[in-house]
Amino acid sequence: MSGFKLQYKPFGERSILIEWPQVISGNVLKSMLSYKHRLENYSFKQEVYIKYAYNSILIIYTSTINNFYDEVLTLKSIYDSEFKDVKTEFKLWNIPVCYDLEFGVDLEKISNKNNLTILDIIQLHTSSKYPVYFLGFLPGFLYLGGLNKKLHFPRKKSPRLKVEKGSVAIGGSQTGIYPTQSPGGWQIIGKTPINFFDLNAEKPCFANAGDKIQFVSVSRSDYDSILTKVERQDYIIESEVIDG
Amino acid sequence: MVKVLHPGFYTTIQDLGRKDYQHLGVPISGAMDLHAHRIANALLGNGEDCATLEITMVGPKLEFSCDTTISITGAILSPQINGKPIGLNIAINISKGDELSFSKIQKGFRGYLAVYRGFQTEVVLNSRSMYQGITKSSYVKKGDVLKIEQKNHSNKKYSSIKLNEDYLDSSVIEVFKGPEFDKLNDLQIQSLFNKEFTISKDNNRMAYQLNELIKNDFKDIITSLVLPGTIQLTPSGKLIVLMRDSQTTGGYPRVLQLKETSINAMAQKFTGNKITFKLLS
Repeated sequence: MSGFKLQYKPFGERSILIEWPQVISGNVLKSMLSYKHRLENYSFKQEVYIKYAYNSILIIYTSTINNFYDEVLTLKSIYDSEFKDVKTEFKLWNIPVCYDLEFGVDLEKISNKNNLTILDIIQLHTSSKYPVYFLGFLPGFLYLGGLNKKLHFPRKKSPRLKVEKGSVAIGGSQTGIYPTQSPGGWQIIGKTPINFFDLNAEKPCFANAGDKIQFVSVSRSDYDSILTKVERQDYIIESEVIDG
Repeated sequence: MVKVLHPGFYTTIQDLGRKDYQHLGVPISGAMDLHAHRIANALLGNGEDCATLEITMVGPKLEFSCDTTISITGAILSPQINGKPIGLNIAINISKGDELSFSKIQKGFRGYLAVYRGFQTEVVLNSRSMYQGITKSSYVKKGDVLKIEQKNHSNKKYSSIKLNEDYLDSSVIEVFKGPEFDKLNDLQIQSLFNKEFTISKDNNRMAYQLNELIKNDFKDIITSLVLPGTIQLTPSGKLIVLMRDSQTTGGYPRVLQLKETSINAMAQKFTGNKITFKLLS
């Protein structure tokens, strides 16, 4: 899948940045994941590390790039090459969230300002399937798309010094989960017992770019029992295979 | 083993960092001054991925409970063994019971202590570099016991290296254009390369903020990738130089990118130091 006009820019002496148009969209994500897959399967002359975000791929070479333009020609030919995309399996993950006011400390504020009942907020937040674009910011932090416009809400003017691990929050047009305790400026609407970054697991984060996340509202007592299971490492996150 | 009698100002274990975990949101980390880290290892015949102790501003006080060979590089730190001054940038034999301490730093900000075959602290995601939330400790504390290998003294002659230490106090930081450089107008470009900038008190392993502002009306970019050495320009005009523990992505325009050797030079700067940027093509 090609068709996007891409920009190639040098980034320091041994990286090349590839940029898609400045939009967040499912088509850009598909195009990017496909290109990333091709790059990962290409035999570069030297070892490379490939990173990606919403609309960009960064290729970090191990040593200095001698001729940037030659290297870009190679990259362009990889983009344009006929390529049978290997069918990648994407998953929809059901993430339990307790939206009790005890956890969702900013729910009332959003309810007042956006003219929604708290039940409306929960209903809207749990009815979307949010695509995972990439991980960044903190280990295990998922950048998700697709937040309903009615739920958009500005970040706090000055961040909280301590946001608890598992907090589910809204920041501008985005929603996300704090994978560890950290400072943070997003508005907190609930909490999940699920671990998004576990160094003891074979894969420290279960979710991949291209997967989707759906939040499921659970009671306070369900939250507690799931948390106990997560801590004993015998909770399996509900998931199903979906079409990318 | 090495016992930490006093941890110094901010001391961490560092190696080359985690190069392949940014897709999980994990920073690269690694020695702030990779050049000094590599020299310290090379002096002992270690591989460059052997972990060293990164010392910041005030050195620690350490007691060795076995024989080994060490080297100290980077900032001019005035190290002493049992109170007697020892040299920098040279391999030095240490005997069981020796105490290593440091007096006042004379030049630079970060020094590196290498031991034979490197510090053997825990490996997480292929690196020993300490980082909060990844390794169990995020810095070296009083009473810590750092594992090292014993090495019996031999008559092996180590080569000494004549080092160019100019970078420790050079104020010129070499940069390339960053991905959003073209957003800058002529006036902003002139300010960037004619002004002198001052390192603010907000400087650490994650980023160095600069005091002087570059006024702009740039909008945030869609969250994109950043690297150690990326200079971001915030809406309030602040320049932020990202360092080794930088987050993996960011939303501020990336106006400049430090040359790799200049990241090492930057790591030796501290609050109040003046720098100027020199654009490379």
